[in-house]
Amino acid sequence: MTDTTAPGQKTGIRISGAFHRLLAFSGLIALVVVFSLASPNFMQTQNILAILQATSVNGVLAIAATLVIITGGIDLSVGTLMTFCAVIAGVILTYWGLPLPLGVIGAILAGTVVGFTSGTIIAKLKVPPFIATLGMMLIMKGLSLVISGTRPIYFNDTPGFTQISLGSMVGSVIPGLPIPNGVLILFAVALLAAFILGKTALGRYTFALGSNEEAVRLSGVNVDRWKIAVYALAGSICGVAGLLIASRLNSAQPALGQGYELDAIAAVVIGGTSLSGGRGTVLGTLIGALIISVLANGLRILSVAQEWQTVVTGCIIILAVYADILRRRKL
Amino acid sequence: MLNRRSLIGAISAIALLAASGPAVLAQDQVDIALISKGFQHQFWQAVKAGADKAAAEFGANVTFEGPESESQVDRQMDMLAAALSRQPDAIGFAALDSQAAVPLLQQASDAGIPIVAFDSGVDSDIPLTTATTDNVAAAALAADKMAELIGGEGKVAVVAHDQTSRTGIDRVDGFVNRMKEAYPNIEVVSVQYGGGDQLQSTEITKSILLANPDLKGIFGANEGSAIGVANGKTELGSEIVVIGFDSGAAQKGMVESGVMAGAITQNPVGIGYETVKAAIGALNGEELPEVIDTGFYYYDATNMTDPEIAAVLYD
Repeated sequence: MTDTTAPGQKTGIRISGAFHRLLAFSGLIALVVVFSLASPNFMQTQNILAILQATSVNGVLAIAATLVIITGGIDLSVGTLMTFCAVIAGVILTYWGLPLPLGVIGAILAGTVVGFTSGTIIAKLKVPPFIATLGMMLIMKGLSLVISGTRPIYFNDTPGFTQISLGSMVGSVIPGLPIPNGVLILFAVALLAAFILGKTALGRYTFALGSNEEAVRLSGVNVDRWKIAVYALAGSICGVAGLLIASRLNSAQPALGQGYELDAIAAVVIGGTSLSGGRGTVLGTLIGALIISVLANGLRILSVAQEWQTVVTGCIIILAVYADILRRRKL
Repeated sequence: MLNRRSLIGAISAIALLAASGPAVLAQDQVDIALISKGFQHQFWQAVKAGADKAAAEFGANVTFEGPESESQVDRQMDMLAAALSRQPDAIGFAALDSQAAVPLLQQASDAGIPIVAFDSGVDSDIPLTTATTDNVAAAALAADKMAELIGGEGKVAVVAHDQTSRTGIDRVDGFVNRMKEAYPNIEVVSVQYGGGDQLQSTEITKSILLANPDLKGIFGANEGSAIGVANGKTELGSEIVVIGFDSGAAQKGMVESGVMAGAITQNPVGIGYETVKAAIGALNGEELPEVIDTGFYYYDATNMTDPEIAAVLYD
């Protein structure tokens, strides 16, 4: 994860970002066209909504991972942290019987605190991000099981809870287009993250940390503070993902989550964010997450055997990153 | 650059077409989508084999899918949603969490797609029938065999896969309750959960054995648990009686060599077969029973090669 990009290539970064988005986007369009031609069942409202629904959780997790990866770090704990936040929501709403807004706040707060802790371990104790978040992944996995007593916590006593993900505000206005709220939340998180990255000091330091941390430090910036802030923000986004998945399943499933970090990282990479940091976009990540779900859904609709689905997904990931390498060689 | 980009495009397209090639199917065949709890695991592959057998016999097109691990409830929902979009004639479904699936099952039911549950039931009246093993009775049989092998008295323990799934709950209850009711001199000192993971179950077994040196036997409640228990026994050089559940090459080898006294086998091939058969029956308007018991057997080194047993054991 060391970094060699020289600072001061802002224009280059911007152009390449736009170009890669184009590449990932045309990949997405190509997949949609192929599947639409191959099966009349693909381009149906119901199915498009199913794809978006399937993207929502991975998309939100991938956005959290994007922020951290741009700093040149990695967050392996996003999946199990999501589960932990879902379990916290379960404790607040089902075990304690508190009102819905407190459950929402509690889950996001839990994510923030855990992200803050990971960030502190990385920045202050100098534990490499891979190790720190690997440890945190296991801690979250274990704590989720401990707190829930290894049983799913159901939200049957909180009637509005499933509406967070499964309800449809759009559908109540336009009956023919029941876009699930979970998808709106994904887009809202994406807009917020893009705003933070593009328009705020936190965003500028996120890129700067990934480009040349030492230079940032030498110019007198409190590097640790910004780094911790990025991990805390990523943690709070995992809290949102926890709410989304718990709401969708009407339960906090404590054993779930491990392995989800790899899908999130795959979406980030397909979307053109560099694993060595300093470069990346939220829009790219969103497209990357969509490519993964469109691929999975389309192959299923075509009745492709599951073994081959896995093979094709692997090929697409390698191709996407190869395209990225070609582009960088050109620059 | 443009050439390379089109090259990438071409490769992707070829990969896609190659993968979807075998999927181009005759439209007049009955299309049945099975959504299972797992895929790679040998047990689920045996269920798939049974489903494929019925598919060939009845001339149906059957697809079989399941998530990588049995905790991935949301992934299973995505598979079910995609299967619904495909508009199959019938769906077979083994729920990881029966509550979470209800909205999608309702959607299928509204679309008039008959649903057959398999392996574990769904807390809903939408499925027309459930093709499954009677896990309580199967685990009670394990308890009887354990009691017989340890002479009707002493301490035993259970290593199970989880306490959330129907099979996990039923097998533990079936074993523990049978011991309580029929064998007052046998005490179940510990019930532990290893997630069906061999390594984790091995560690659990070793800690149980070290904590209870006078233990007489352990029941491993699924394939991964049972193998873990047997490995734990071997690593500590213990002489306890191990009874397992399900088969698979590793477990069969352990029964053959005597590390494991014996094991209960379900009939996974039968589960797959009966699920597809029931789905086709439903499409033909046949009356289906509420539960289709697919059966179970106890096997040990002496009867493994009997044709009746050998047919339901899988590698």
